[in-house]
Amino acid sequence: MIKPEDDIHNALAAADVEEPSQAVAPANSVWKPLSWAKSNLFDSVPNALLTLLALLLLWETVPPLLSWGLFNATWSVADGTAAACRDGTGACWALMGEKNRLMLFGVYPYDQHWRPLLATAIVIAMLATSALRRFWLPALGYAWLGAVVVVAWLMWGGFLGLTYVETAQWGGLPLTLGLALLGIVLAFPLSIVLALGRRSNLPAIKAICTGYIELVRGVPLVSVLFMASVMFPLFLPEGVTIDKLLRALAGMTLFTAAYLAEAVRGGLQAIPRGQEEAADALGLSYWRKMRLIVLPQALRLVIPPIVNQFISCFKDTSLVTIVGLYDLLAATKAALADPEWRPFFVEGYVAAALVYWCFCFFMSRYSQWLERELATGTRR
Amino acid sequence: MLSGRQVKQPATLRALVYSARFRGIVYQVAVVVGVLALGWYLVHNTLANLAARGIATGFGFMGQEAGFDIGEGLIAYSAADTYLRALVVGVLNTLKVAVLGIALASLLGLVVGIARLSRNWLVARLATFYVETVRNVPLLLQLFVWYGIVTALPGPRQALDLGLGVFISNRGLKVPVPEWHDSYWPVLVLLAAAFIGLFVLRRWAINRLYRTGRPFPWLSVGLAGLVVLPWLGLVLVGAPLVWSIPELKGFNFQGGADLSPEFAALLAGLTVYTASFIAEIVRSGILAVPHGQTEAALSLGLSRAKTLRLVVLPQALRVIVPPLTSQYLNLLKNSSLAVAIGYPDLVSVANTAINQTGQAVEGVALTMAVFLVISLALSLLMNWYNAKVALVSR
Repeated sequence: MIKPEDDIHNALAAADVEEPSQAVAPANSVWKPLSWAKSNLFDSVPNALLTLLALLLLWETVPPLLSWGLFNATWSVADGTAAACRDGTGACWALMGEKNRLMLFGVYPYDQHWRPLLATAIVIAMLATSALRRFWLPALGYAWLGAVVVVAWLMWGGFLGLTYVETAQWGGLPLTLGLALLGIVLAFPLSIVLALGRRSNLPAIKAICTGYIELVRGVPLVSVLFMASVMFPLFLPEGVTIDKLLRALAGMTLFTAAYLAEAVRGGLQAIPRGQEEAADALGLSYWRKMRLIVLPQALRLVIPPIVNQFISCFKDTSLVTIVGLYDLLAATKAALADPEWRPFFVEGYVAAALVYWCFCFFMSRYSQWLERELATGTRR
Repeated sequence: MLSGRQVKQPATLRALVYSARFRGIVYQVAVVVGVLALGWYLVHNTLANLAARGIATGFGFMGQEAGFDIGEGLIAYSAADTYLRALVVGVLNTLKVAVLGIALASLLGLVVGIARLSRNWLVARLATFYVETVRNVPLLLQLFVWYGIVTALPGPRQALDLGLGVFISNRGLKVPVPEWHDSYWPVLVLLAAAFIGLFVLRRWAINRLYRTGRPFPWLSVGLAGLVVLPWLGLVLVGAPLVWSIPELKGFNFQGGADLSPEFAALLAGLTVYTASFIAEIVRSGILAVPHGQTEAALSLGLSRAKTLRLVVLPQALRVIVPPLTSQYLNLLKNSSLAVAIGYPDLVSVANTAINQTGQAVEGVALTMAVFLVISLALSLLMNWYNAKVALVSR
């Protein structure tokens, strides 16, 4: 690529004009921050006022926050009570030391905490691996299959030397991650069917799928979860009971599928009509046409929206708190129910928020990166 | 005419089976029958289960006495009222927080969205920090924090005095309100007249601009009218403006209007959370307007403010309105998280009703139906607005 400066040099050379001397070189480097500040912060009166206002805001908030969160904070307590925290003026991070197990793993049997920890580590490692395009191989599918079996064994136990732990005792981060992952994975096939149905030529099928999608998108997740937790037991024949966790998962799945279906529909709409017509001309049946021609192209387009949907699914799992499951948020809330540590609820929520934030922030950055990465094939 | 004869071949079974039309009908019948069978199965099981547990069905319970109290509401309600009235109180509470939340979130979102594009580096960074922090933390967690902060405030006796008779304590926010007086009617009429006048003036000014090319500052004149006319009315009727100011009497405040802690926490949470999404929508909308438009407007001699108002914003609105609609709908649906912090919205009232009567099916169905109706009404309104701002093409 030719830089504009090169152009000038070439033009100057061609015109046989002497280049301007270096006397008017850029200002001294000491002045750079100042000139930068002048052009970016103080270039006009209103802008300068805005800068001063922002500085005032920072001055009012940052030093107190720092002294609360860092300088005056209590980092650990020796006796396991909050006495030292009550005496101090800063944040009580000692809460983390005392309650981190409860916050991360809920009411899972205390001596077995290594199991959910290992399971979470496996899932996060698998997620990190799957994030890289280099590993998008058939072997990854088998690796996931193996990981799911190992994680299920770790969480449930019951054989090969591990004691059985029922789902009612699961909680914390593993539950949040599991609900979000399973919710999106189970919702995916359903969402493809719904999206295809909504674009179908057959009026009855189109009406059913459109009705489902719009109905679910029109109601809050809370009421879907309530429906799942109160009404699902009524739906089943007498004598059949359904696990509380499974009910919440079913509610999440049905809810996510409707939103995911709209993302998939967006991908389907982006495929030129000629592709379908060409498949028809080749004599492919509807399902082969979709499986071999349309969906592979459409689904590639919707990977970034799917990641975004996963982020909101991850945040939405916090709502299972309301129907009485011990996800990360509910476990944090339970840890803060201890009257001893109750006054330090802000610290507890800040820690939980940090966990959610890390996951969501990196996933959203990943989705942006992926969007650019996947566009390389079509970008000139 | 060989081909013609082929077309007129009698419809054999084989031809029928392979015709796309016939197959389509078969598939549809199969799916409809399947859905109906599933529905019948679920209803059958539900009825059997309800009968086994001795739970009544139908909406008969709506006329019965509710027997529970509701903390706050826009209409009078007592525990002796019916379930129907309790649910109406819940719906109104949902609408109250949704309408206020939408207004405040739009305002905050607009400001932050523009701040993210500011040429001022510091302001842009602060806005980015706000958006990235708030967007990536679940709303429910934020609500817990807001609620915790509001309830951890000092009691009414040590309430924070914000001046002008505004107090914050763990009983919520207390603000002074003007006391109603019958002689205020003319003032209200004048206020309404000023509003109508504003719209008439706008229409006339735009008409004149198109006819003669001469602009008229309708907005400033109209806003001045909005302030001056009611004030004039106040002076004319000679009504002394009496404020009901919150005063500490005993253990709590008397007088003034108040926002309950639950409402304040929910409103703050919904506003701050939704505004971070609206800010991104506003930003992308403004960025979607090609920079050439701004340059062209400036070169025509329009001021910066006029460029923004007349050239950039109308075009940005086309990009902004559709996603904004879904954010408004999200705010409405998220208001149902009220149930977690005890604000008596529709979901939490319906929940209490379900717990008391056991009629879960009716309660959940009713909640969903009400949300669907409100969502539909809101999206119709936004679609109408969208059609107004959309690009008029051939």
